Amino acid sequence: MNYWRANLLILSILLSIWFLVSFGFGIIWSEKLDAIMIGGFKLGFWFAQQGSIYVFVILIFVYVFLMNRLDKKYKSKKED
Amino acid sequence: MDAQLLTFIFVGISFSLYIGIAIWSRARSTSDFYIADKGVNPIANGMATAADWMSAASFISMAGIISFLGKDGSVYLMGWTGGYVLLALLLAPYLRKFGQYTVPDFIGTRYYSDAARLVAVLCLIFISFTYIAGQMRGVGIVFSRFLEVDIELGVIIGMGIVFFYAVLGGMKGITYTQVAQYCVLIFAYLVPAIFISILITNNPIPQFGFGDQISGTSTYLLEKLDRLNVDLGFDEYTSNTKSNIDVFFITAALMFGTAGLPHVIVRFFTVPKVSDARKSAGYALIFIALLYTTAPAVSAFARVNFIESVQEVEYENAPGWFKNWEQIGLIAWKDKNEDGKINYSSGEALDGVKPNYSDELGRFGERKVTNKPNLFNSNEVYIDRDIMVLANPEIAQLPNWVIALVAAGALAAALSTAAGLLLVISASISHDLMKKTLMPNINERQELLFARIAAAIAIIVAGLFGIYPPGFVAQVVAFAFGLAASTIFPVLFLGIFYKRLNKEGAIAGMLSGLIVTASYIIFFKFINPELNTSDYWIFGISPEGFGFFGMFINFGAALLVSLFFKAPPKNVYELVDEIRQP
Repeated sequence: MNYWRANLLILSILLSIWFLVSFGFGIIWSEKLDAIMIGGFKLGFWFAQQGSIYVFVILIFVYVFLMNRLDKKYKSKKED
Repeated sequence: MDAQLLTFIFVGISFSLYIGIAIWSRARSTSDFYIADKGVNPIANGMATAADWMSAASFISMAGIISFLGKDGSVYLMGWTGGYVLLALLLAPYLRKFGQYTVPDFIGTRYYSDAARLVAVLCLIFISFTYIAGQMRGVGIVFSRFLEVDIELGVIIGMGIVFFYAVLGGMKGITYTQVAQYCVLIFAYLVPAIFISILITNNPIPQFGFGDQISGTSTYLLEKLDRLNVDLGFDEYTSNTKSNIDVFFITAALMFGTAGLPHVIVRFFTVPKVSDARKSAGYALIFIALLYTTAPAVSAFARVNFIESVQEVEYENAPGWFKNWEQIGLIAWKDKNEDGKINYSSGEALDGVKPNYSDELGRFGERKVTNKPNLFNSNEVYIDRDIMVLANPEIAQLPNWVIALVAAGALAAALSTAAGLLLVISASISHDLMKKTLMPNINERQELLFARIAAAIAIIVAGLFGIYPPGFVAQVVAFAFGLAASTIFPVLFLGIFYKRLNKEGAIAGMLSGLIVTASYIIFFKFINPELNTSDYWIFGISPEGFGFFGMFINFGAALLVSLFFKAPPKNVYELVDEIRQP
């Protein structure tokens, strides 16, 4: 698989998670998730005001990690 | 020491710090001035981006808005953070690889067209001025409330400081001042939040505290807040009231708008390497998330404290902050049932919403308003949402130094954003308009001079906005994000991910996105504001969320028109291949 295709694959997986936690858990299914309580938080409410933001941060760092690995692999291949 | 003296000291110290940094980091070349010579460490750039991004709106207004909207306010939390994922994954690394000075630079080169560059410059200037107006108003509010200085003088002092480090230091000066401003603003935001969280729930971490039990009881804070809200005739704090489709569109418009904001994108041009641009976006979001995850906790605490400290209290015994903000004109009380007690409940207290104060005092010493009371409800209190964060430490009776700290933090938030915006305005004028379009023969020294003059003029215009705030500021914020989402984001995204897009397609896309979004917003916000309800909106999408719709119009028009014209020249294909490589 070449560099650009690998990049696109990483993007689509991470952006699906991005969509799921914010638009999915925080908005579309938010009211259903509200039936579940974590401490004093309704789960849908928690995703909308806290959880989605934590996941966003994690997503960017996962992206940084995966891309750095890909950059390295690609560079060593090019030098071969 | 009293709060005002402490505020003078804190603001004085922070301002001298900013000036000191500006002198230390003067700009010597255009590359220094526009992009800090690509020498900024990714963590420092993350902090600077966070300060650049978090404006007076984030610091002063956001928690207050959420306090009144409850769960509906989540659109701002998700919308203004989720955009960084898009930025980090879809734009920042590629635009850094491209390696020029401004966002219109990329658009002009990728679409080999000065017309495309100029459309981008126009959108950029409009978006940036919209934003600056809000910052200067924030500076004015803080100065008049905490230092009892006239709003005019406050704005002029703020302008002077920004002038000094933006004109002198350019991007380099701004970057390092923003790092300092981030530290000031985040400290100022977290300290009162932690204090209040401990006071109410005995939990020192506000993010957990607002989901915790109220200390000494087994009632959860949010449970109590839901009940208080319902008792006063509001909807439950933790339930949606807006339709899902509207919430979806507003969140999306804010996210894609964030990713298309020029003053944020340009921050990623300042780091040394492509991999640094990715990392930097991650750090920026951590620094932003620190405030954005604290904000909803502040909202919930402030709401409970506010209701409990005024509800059913006799006006004569009302807390000092209530009367102070009444003096500023951001709180009003109309004793509808003439019992001398403050009654707060749902609905607008006054006919015409905003209070018109007369010079007289009422029976209990309150400022009399000439508005007729709104007799459809029993609410007696008008309160401007903007004061919740600023008044929060006073409402919770925190020590004076915390109040002073919040004032310094609010100023840091407003000034850092204003400076970042001024820079993109001046760069787009001196670089895109003068050097690249009108006067290609000027040398670097002349270009730098133009950049400084443009920055100076932009500061004066921004200051005028602050002193004579146009009534439409609140309405045009929807514009800034809507336009960024419907014009700038799509052409940047397609420019990187779709090689075949030619200049005809890009221009058609930008113009159609612009026209569709702008007409929708102008129709509902300015021409027919009385029709601005969900019954009349297309698909139930409010003007705030319509930028996302406009984005699809842009995509559609760009792809369609592109097919009818010849493919971009070969060097553009090579350029795109080049920026796709790390």
